[in-house]
Amino acid sequence: MGQQSAQFLIRSNIVRSRYPRAILLQYTQEESTVNKLIDLQNITKSFDNIVILDDMNLYIRENEFLTLLGPSGCGKTTTLRIIGGFETPDKGRVIFDGTDITATPPNKRQLNTVFQKYALFPHMNIGENIAFGLRIKKKSKSYIQDKIKYALKLVNLEGYETRMPDSLSGGQQQRIAIARAIVNEPKVLLLDEPLGALDLKLRQDMQYELIRLKNELGITFIYVTHDQEEALTMSDTIVVMNQGYIQQIGTPEKIYNEPENAFVADFIGDSNIIDATMVRDELVEILGARFACVDSGFGENRPVDVVIRPEDVELVSPEKGILQGVVSHIIFKGVHYEMEVMAGGFEWLVQSTKMFPVGTQIGIHVDPFNIQIMNKPVSEDEEAIGVNE
Amino acid sequence: MRDKLRKIYIALIFLFLYAPILTLIVLSFNASKTRAKWGGFTIKWYLSMFQNRAIMQALSNTLIIAFLSAFIATVIGVIACLSMQSMRRRGRALLMGVTNIPMLNADIVTGISLMLLFITLGVQFGFMTILLSHITFNIPYVILSVMPRMRQLNPSTYEAALDLGASHVQAFFKVTFPDILPGVLSGFLMAFTMSLDDFIITHFTKGPGIDTLSTKIYTEVKKGIKPEMYSLSTLIFITVLLLLFLVNRAPAGKKEKEVTL
Repeated sequence: MGQQSAQFLIRSNIVRSRYPRAILLQYTQEESTVNKLIDLQNITKSFDNIVILDDMNLYIRENEFLTLLGPSGCGKTTTLRIIGGFETPDKGRVIFDGTDITATPPNKRQLNTVFQKYALFPHMNIGENIAFGLRIKKKSKSYIQDKIKYALKLVNLEGYETRMPDSLSGGQQQRIAIARAIVNEPKVLLLDEPLGALDLKLRQDMQYELIRLKNELGITFIYVTHDQEEALTMSDTIVVMNQGYIQQIGTPEKIYNEPENAFVADFIGDSNIIDATMVRDELVEILGARFACVDSGFGENRPVDVVIRPEDVELVSPEKGILQGVVSHIIFKGVHYEMEVMAGGFEWLVQSTKMFPVGTQIGIHVDPFNIQIMNKPVSEDEEAIGVNE
Repeated sequence: MRDKLRKIYIALIFLFLYAPILTLIVLSFNASKTRAKWGGFTIKWYLSMFQNRAIMQALSNTLIIAFLSAFIATVIGVIACLSMQSMRRRGRALLMGVTNIPMLNADIVTGISLMLLFITLGVQFGFMTILLSHITFNIPYVILSVMPRMRQLNPSTYEAALDLGASHVQAFFKVTFPDILPGVLSGFLMAFTMSLDDFIITHFTKGPGIDTLSTKIYTEVKKGIKPEMYSLSTLIFITVLLLLFLVNRAPAGKKEKEVTL
C-alpha cells in the first residue's frame, strides 16, 4: 500500500506540472494496476550547455509497447540512450525493476538495443552476429546453435546462418539485428528508429512483424520514432516529446482524439488548429460562430485553441451549417477527397468521401464531441513545455 | 602518328624513371668488377654479400628496427586514431594537421632536430635512438592509413557490442579492430617500408658502431663502390617494391576473403 501511494505521488507529480486535468484523471485511474519495469526519475541531460532533457519523469510498464515520438532534437533518442546506458544523465535516476541502474554500464544491463543503422558486425556472418552476445556470456555450443535457429525462425530468415551482412537487404539486416538482440532474452528491447532506413511498403510490413514479435516474446518494447503513423499503429502507449519535454502520454486513441496542446495536435496527423473563445461551459465561439462542445471548466470568455480533425469537419448545405464558406481547393487522395474550405476567414482542411467542386457554397458542421479544446500557451517556452498552470 | 608519339613518350618516361635502377640490377649480376664491360652473368656478388658479416649485421639491424618501429608506431597510431575519432571536429582537424607536418618536413630537418634533441637530453646514440626516431616518423603514416578506415566505421557497432554484453576491451578486439584491420595492416607495412627506406634520419641519429643497410652502403660507397653494394641495393629495391605491392593489395585481399566466407 505504501509503495503504491509512492508511485501515485511520483506520477501525479509530473502530471500536475506538465498536464492539465484531463490527463491527470486518466493516469490516476491506471495507477492502481501499474507494474513499473523502468522508472526514469527527474532526468536532466545537456550537451554543450544545451539542455536536451529537462527534469523528465516517465515510467514504463512491463510488457508495454511504448513509443517515444517527436521531431528530431526533441530528446527521444537521448532518453533511449540513457535507458540503454550509453549516456549518463546529469541529474536524476534510472530505476530498473526496483534497482538503481543509473551508473550501470550498458554491458551489465538486462536490455538490448536495435540500432537505427542495424549495426551488424560486417566481418561476421549472420550466425556469428547472432551468437555474439551468447558467446560473450560463454553459453554452450549446442545452446547457441539452438538459439540461432530459434531466432532466425522468429524473424522468418531460416537458413541464413552463413550469409554475410552486406549480402542482405536493409529489411533483412534489420530483422537480423532484432534476432541478435532477442537471443539474449532481454526484459526490454530498445528500438531506435529501426525502420527509418526502409522504404514505405517494407516499413508497413515490418510494423506488423514487430507487433507479432512483441506478442510472441511477451517483453517490453521501447520504440523511438518521428513517424506518427508508425507510433499510432504499433504502440500501447505513446509519449509525445518536444524540446526536451514530454508533451503528452497516452494511448494512440487518446493522443489522436484528445491532443493536449497545439503541438501534439499538429504533430499527430493533420488538424485544424483555430483561435477561439470559450463562452461558457460546453459552448465555444469559433471564428464568430458558436459551436456546442463537451468540454467544461475553462472559465467564461477565456481564449483557447480548438483542434478539429479534418475528417471530423462535416460539409453540409449552407443553411444547415454553423459556419458558411466556399470550397477553394480539392485533391483526390484515394479513399477520400481533401478539400480546403474558406470559412470565417480561416482555411479549413477537410477530408470527406463526398466531392464538392471548387467554388461550391457550403456549410460547416462539427459534432460537439469532435471539438477538442486546449488552453493557450502563455509564452513560447511554455508552448514547448506544455505547462497549463 | 599521334598514337605512336604518345607511346614513345610514355616509353621515354619509363626509361628515364627506371634506367638507373635497371643499370644497378644489371651490374649486380656482372661478373666483371669494372662497370665498363660485361663480364658474363654471375651471382657471386650476392653470395659474397651474404658472407659479409658487417652487411649481415646491418641487414639484421635494419629489419629489427623496421619491424619494431613499425609495430610500436602502429600501436601508438591506432590508439591515437581511437581518441581522435571521439574528438570534436575542430580538435580532430587540428591534430590531423599537426601529425601531417612531420611527413611534409624535410628528412634532414627531422634528422637534425632529433639529433639535437637527443644531445640535449643526453641520450646515448645507438640502437635506441634510431628506433625512437623511426617510431616518431612512422606514426603519421599509420594515422594516415588507419584514420579513413576508422571514419567509415558505423559507430553503432561498438555500442552494439557493449549492448550485447561485451566489455570495452572485448568490443574493441572483437568488433572495431577486425573492421579497421586492413587500414592497420597497410599502415604497418607503410611504416615498415618507410623505416627500411630511411637514410637521412638514421644517419643523424645512429651514432658510431651501429649501421643499418642504408648507412652501411653510404660508408662503403665512400670507400669505393664494391659490386656487393649493387646486389644489396637491388635486394632493398625489390623488398620495398614487394612491400608497396602488399600495401596496395591489403584492403582488396581482405574484401575477397569476406565474400568467399
